[in-house]
Amino acid sequence: MRVAVVKVFLALLLFLGVGGSILAQAPAPQAERLATLEKQTADNTTAIAAAQTSGDNAWMLVSAALVLMMSGPGLALFYGGLVRKKNVLGTMMQTFAMMAMVTVLWGLVSYSLAFGEGNVFIGGFQNVFLHGVGLTPDPKYAATIPLQTFMIYQMMFAIITPALITGAFAERMKFSSMLVFMLLWTLFIYSPMAHMVWGKGGLLNAALGGRIPCLDFAGGTVVHVTSGVSALVTAIYLGKRLGYPKEPMPPHSVVLSFIGACLLWVGWFGFNAGSALSAGTLATSAFVATHFGAAAAAISWSAAEWMRQGKASALGAISGAVAGLVAITPAAGFVTPMSAIWIGLIAGAFCYFMVVKVKALFGYDDSLDAFGVHGAGGTLGAILTGIFANSSINPIFGAGKATGMLEGNGRQLLNQFAGVAIAWTISIVGTLVILFVVDKLMGLRVSEDHERDGLDLSQHGEEGYDWAH
Amino acid sequence: MQKIEAVIQPSKLDSVKDALVEIGVNGMTILEARGHGRQKGHTEVYRGREYAVDLLPKVKLEIVVTDEMVDSAVNAIIAAARTGTIGDGKIFISKIDEAIRIRNDERGEIAL
Repeated sequence: MRVAVVKVFLALLLFLGVGGSILAQAPAPQAERLATLEKQTADNTTAIAAAQTSGDNAWMLVSAALVLMMSGPGLALFYGGLVRKKNVLGTMMQTFAMMAMVTVLWGLVSYSLAFGEGNVFIGGFQNVFLHGVGLTPDPKYAATIPLQTFMIYQMMFAIITPALITGAFAERMKFSSMLVFMLLWTLFIYSPMAHMVWGKGGLLNAALGGRIPCLDFAGGTVVHVTSGVSALVTAIYLGKRLGYPKEPMPPHSVVLSFIGACLLWVGWFGFNAGSALSAGTLATSAFVATHFGAAAAAISWSAAEWMRQGKASALGAISGAVAGLVAITPAAGFVTPMSAIWIGLIAGAFCYFMVVKVKALFGYDDSLDAFGVHGAGGTLGAILTGIFANSSINPIFGAGKATGMLEGNGRQLLNQFAGVAIAWTISIVGTLVILFVVDKLMGLRVSEDHERDGLDLSQHGEEGYDWAH
Repeated sequence: MQKIEAVIQPSKLDSVKDALVEIGVNGMTILEARGHGRQKGHTEVYRGREYAVDLLPKVKLEIVVTDEMVDSAVNAIIAAARTGTIGDGKIFISKIDEAIRIRNDERGEIAL
């Protein structure tokens, strides 16, 4: 288009300005000049595209690294500090194992199941072994970054999602069974869910023609609802830890958890702003919303705690921030900074209520509150996204077309509920089936003796803290 | 020879150590300990769950001194460790039959 305009403009210039003398005398130099200019324009177009690719790609590679940092050391420290001393390495290893295992699994088959072209529920096998996943961009997902960047960025999400579940069955699951469970979970729950929401032709995909367009910018349903609800199912299926809730099981180091939570907060910029898949204005929107959401939720969780218990604790403040980050995840690229504050404020108080009140009421041992924070916060965030989403931030349904309920698109709220319902269903049913199979195959829990000794010694033959050396 | 065991507030360790060195006590053994006397503990709350913590962190200091030194050592410890509030700790004194220096097999007070 632009090239054509330039051509016409040049032609006019030649006719009107320089006039007939050149036409009469020397047609050859003119044609030559035109060719030179055309070549320059073409070169410029290529150079502009290359510049945009390097800009976007730089941000996306950094984002991918930031999201990996959320798993290790972020989540590993966050969870590691919350368990008892004797389980610190076992807990950290569960997350680290995902960094190794899911990476390989993603390359072999999971990427294809999530982002390959298939039916509305799951991708096909055409990208297994990363076949066809090269360095040229795939415009249907991200037109300006190499497809491999997209692949590795999405991989980091597939790593942290199962790692989040480990908080629910902390201190009592066999390492071997955990590996098999997570392998099956990534294949049969994460991959289809990611395909439905983000894959081309997925049932819930809002950008690529899904039948029920559900807004999920960075993984409210795909990451947090699936992991949080599956966490609840595993906590109930495995049963309580020995001695819970009579025996005291306080966090052995809130300091570790504190460092972990702060790393999670920083890493989340890669998670949410990176989900713009480019380094443009949308990334800024998501970055800003993410930060406001986290801060507001830290305030509301702390305020709730202060009112009920008379003190604002460090663990409460960081838990609130994580809850806010969870809730803002689906909304990040759709809402204004002020909406982000509202979402954060609601999420912090809501998750506090889920963790402190609801868990005690039902008595399940979701040891590190994977459900209370990720399941509850993710569900809440997905629904609030349908309310607060605004076309001025992200006109995903077309310029000027209302996006969220407050803007006049009430239907979107129903779609969000549909997305949440599907995520809950696949998580409950899928996790139950996988747990049942692994349980019958190899058992899920460590023996009582091993549980008393702690996972560090019984599962890994080492100790986190050795006093003698 | 007598052994003085003093359970003190961790924050008072440095001043007790200095006071003992000043009166000529050469060696000591320090243990990080947890315990309680008449002092009641406190409660901690993690994500809404309350935990009663009645074993509080203390430092236990052990020294073995000659009989003549006992009074001045005890006084030094009391002076340095006292805050006047509950939880300041206790001192226990017992007889020691023998002291042996591992390096050269010296015995008795000379081994202290």
